[in-house]
Amino acid sequence: MSAVAAKPILYSYFRSSCSWRVRIALALKGISYDLVPVNLVKDGGQQFSAEFKALNPMKQVPALKIDGITLSQSLAIIHYLEETRPNPSLLPQDPKKRAQVRMIADHIVSGIQPLQNLGVLKQIGERKMEWAQNYISSGFQALEQILQHTAGRYCVGDEIQSGHGSISHNNQNK
Amino acid sequence: MASEKPILYSYFRSSCSWRVRIALALKGISYDLVPVNLVKDGGQQFSAEFKALNPMKQVPALKIDGITLSQSLAIIHYLEETRPNPSLLPQDPKKRAQVRMIADHIVSGIQPLQNLGVLKQIGERKMEWAQNYISSGFQALEQILQHTAGRYCVGDEVSMADLCLVPQVANAERFKVDMGPYPTITRINKALLELEAFKVSHPCRQPDTPAELRA
Repeated sequence: MSAVAAKPILYSYFRSSCSWRVRIALALKGISYDLVPVNLVKDGGQQFSAEFKALNPMKQVPALKIDGITLSQSLAIIHYLEETRPNPSLLPQDPKKRAQVRMIADHIVSGIQPLQNLGVLKQIGERKMEWAQNYISSGFQALEQILQHTAGRYCVGDEIQSGHGSISHNNQNK
Repeated sequence: MASEKPILYSYFRSSCSWRVRIALALKGISYDLVPVNLVKDGGQQFSAEFKALNPMKQVPALKIDGITLSQSLAIIHYLEETRPNPSLLPQDPKKRAQVRMIADHIVSGIQPLQNLGVLKQIGERKMEWAQNYISSGFQALEQILQHTAGRYCVGDEVSMADLCLVPQVANAERFKVDMGPYPTITRINKALLELEAFKVSHPCRQPDTPAELRA
């Protein structure tokens, strides 16, 4: 007796870059899902509601309800999608190239975005534009140099990877 | 042809570097350590030499198998994929996702908000700033661990999540965060610090540990 699997539910804000990463992955892998918007600005920020906090104690988007669990953290979600719905793949086969993909993704996800997210900019106050520009620029300076070594058509080689979104067919050049 | 020993660029007190030191110790990988002092000389990570090695101008960086990697979790995943035993991830994809969610929460959601560079920009109120981000991050983590933890962060095996937890707790202690509200984090941290890999990689036992902080 098999139950029909429930459609995944993505908690997302239209302009959240972290949510967008997951939306790209779901689209690339052809996974349909329901989207529940969480407005990070209205009502003092809907991510702080008791209801959303119970779903994701980190009080952030994205969160994904899938296969009976709820996950947060965009790259943890994307890795889960990669491991359970492996085609098309978001990572190269070669471990060194996989490491380059993760290095680039982590640089953006840990080294740039958190320093310019809504919560931080609210704390910074008046000089937030300058603050955000500073961290994005300095992060992009480093990224530009790294991409000189890794990039083909996309961030790492010629197949789209989870460094910025991805589809690839598995017969790659070795 | 013997392969060269890996070289880790590390700062004794950098929590990001400590994560990788734990992974190398757990996997029994010997390496040479090159200290990069983040404070001296205006910060040695800004030297032309180090910048050429790692444009992100951060530690850790690892030279291994003919490539140079940065970003602690990218490095740890590479070690996991090329030296798979002992493993730092569970077999089950859902548990793997929980490990990564916890690790990413620390690595993206807490540590960057209290790293040296940011605190320098914050200036006077940096203690309060760091305490705020660590506390609010630990509040969330304490709740998540209620669901995932066994002896360690996820079940009873050491994982990447644990490698991220211990260094972050050390940071919390340095910033005098009250750990009272986080009994699960405290318990797990204590259990992990009993393991040899967490001891040998500890900031107080590194080649660049200052004499007054050495264990």
